[in-house]
Amino acid sequence: MTAEERRRARQGWLLSAPALALLLAGASGPLLIVVVYAFLEPGEYSGVEWKFSLEAWFRVLFERDIFDGTVRLADAHLSIFWRSVKLSLLTTLLTFVFGLPTAWFIATRPARTRMLWLFLITVPFWTNLLIRTFAIMEVLRNEGILNGALMRLGLISSPIQILYTDVAVLIGMTYVYLPLMALPLYAAIERFDMRMAEAAYDLYASRWQVLRKVVLPIVRPGVVAGSILVFVPSLGAYVTPRVLGGGKNMMIGNFIELQFGAGRNWPLGAALSLILLAMVACALTIYVRAAARAGADG
Amino acid sequence: MTEDDAAVEIRSARKEYPSAAGPVRALDDVSLTIRKGEFFTLLGPSGCGKTTLLRLIAGFETPDAGRILLEGRDITDDPPNRRPVNTVFQSYALFPHLSVARNIAFGLEMLGRPAAETRARVAQILRLVRMEEMADRRPDQLSGGQQQRVALARALAPAPRVLLLDEPLSALDLKLRKEMQRELKRLQHETGITFVFVTHDQEEALTMSDRVGVMRGGRLQQVGPPREIYARPVNRFVADFIGETNFLEGVARGGAVHLPAGAALPAPGGAPAEGARITLTVRPEHLRLNAPGAGRLEATVAEIVYFGPAAHCHMKLDDGTPIVARLEEGRMPEPGARVGLDFAPGALQALED
Repeated sequence: MTAEERRRARQGWLLSAPALALLLAGASGPLLIVVVYAFLEPGEYSGVEWKFSLEAWFRVLFERDIFDGTVRLADAHLSIFWRSVKLSLLTTLLTFVFGLPTAWFIATRPARTRMLWLFLITVPFWTNLLIRTFAIMEVLRNEGILNGALMRLGLISSPIQILYTDVAVLIGMTYVYLPLMALPLYAAIERFDMRMAEAAYDLYASRWQVLRKVVLPIVRPGVVAGSILVFVPSLGAYVTPRVLGGGKNMMIGNFIELQFGAGRNWPLGAALSLILLAMVACALTIYVRAAARAGADG
Repeated sequence: MTEDDAAVEIRSARKEYPSAAGPVRALDDVSLTIRKGEFFTLLGPSGCGKTTLLRLIAGFETPDAGRILLEGRDITDDPPNRRPVNTVFQSYALFPHLSVARNIAFGLEMLGRPAAETRARVAQILRLVRMEEMADRRPDQLSGGQQQRVALARALAPAPRVLLLDEPLSALDLKLRKEMQRELKRLQHETGITFVFVTHDQEEALTMSDRVGVMRGGRLQQVGPPREIYARPVNRFVADFIGETNFLEGVARGGAVHLPAGAALPAPGGAPAEGARITLTVRPEHLRLNAPGAGRLEATVAEIVYFGPAAHCHMKLDDGTPIVARLEEGRMPEPGARVGLDFAPGALQALED
């Protein structure tokens, strides 16, 4: 390494030092606190007792009977985990189903109007998530717009209970995360050379085969990026399941919040947070590996 | 020609595209018959409608009016995947996620051919385009010329009735292009498939084609074998677009064409109407340089441009009209010299504008 290169390397480190310090303090610091708290005992009213304990990790999966002290699997916790994974996967799937035609439509507009359509996609971001979620609540509730319209049309005679069900949470999350799927899909489709589709169509592929055999494999990076952007925040979603799912249909995010609030069990909350982190990391690894393998197979 | 000879028949095809300045007519009442087994070239400058015509045959576009027949069957309303016609794209449009062999197999797989048959056919086609060793490569690991061969192989594999080629050689350098021109002729000869080739390169059209259709502004100007189009262009555009030529404008008087420079030339093809404006053309290779006073025209040499096998002698008539002669051998005149120009009467042609 020459003196010049050493100087450049030093300069690079110096220039990135503020950002690195901020990242270290902002991301690693809190994470460290969470890790430590997960191995302590809960405090009387809140906070933690500074005594080492694995109780929080035990409580993630098991519960003790208050009266006889027998240990049982914590079904309620497992069903929350299962619901979180299920709803996140379904959200990812639905945003893909709705996002692909949307992205395709925008990418095939003339360059002049494309910007306008992209701009329209970002309009929901102007309003606070909580307010948008309450708006959906207004649509879905028993006396709301959807049920009212269906009843006036005579399709149903009494309101369907949608609000405070998993379906409501799914609808809400699909709505909220749709742009996060549509935008990376758009970026991939916009780069897609339409002559590839023509070539496949020319070589006797049906429209469906053109999509499956040529378009989707080539825009795969956009599908992977969109899926990650939707699945990861879905798994930790808090506002949407809280407002649309009511108290019963909790997801992991709400469950964690409960431990730091009314549950007064900070170590359990910390342990759950770390498990959520691990789930996200696992899901990402599996997904990216699978996507890469599928890409290599062609 | 009987009906059975027609591979593709285009009947009064019209196609307009909307634009900011009103509709643009890409094809204006084009009728054309392409014969079975021939190498047919659509030639013209960019925007003349040749690619639109090709896309109409492929099925990527539908005509606003007119019909398209493939071996007597009306295919106007068939989508591209129902037409036994395949295309070699200008950009090749190879599938980047598939190997060379899988690219070539694509059409056969979509047709639902048995795997064993497809494998055998892919091997045969790979041999035909001399790409056996590249079967497992990805398109991005190939050179431009190799990608070109794969694109050809992919379009030939399903044995289409007609192969459409949209300026497939335009991205190659000159040497490779010459090589691929011969290669295309060989492939056409060996497969016996009808080729419809689109190009803006008149030399390419002349060297490769059995017949050429010259297009301009959405209309077919002239259709015929290369020699006929070169020797007997029907109008000024065709004469100018195919090869180099000289134009001499004059007025008809007493059965001859009087040029502004003073000379009178015999009117080819019968006596024109008195006072009519006539454009005459004569190819540079038909002009002979003589001593001053010995010839039909007098000119002053402006410049000699040497290009290997011959030289072009650029001259001016006395009124300033430029005229070029091709000189193959002998002494070249000096710039500024006076010369007489002569040519056989048959070399002179009258053109419509």
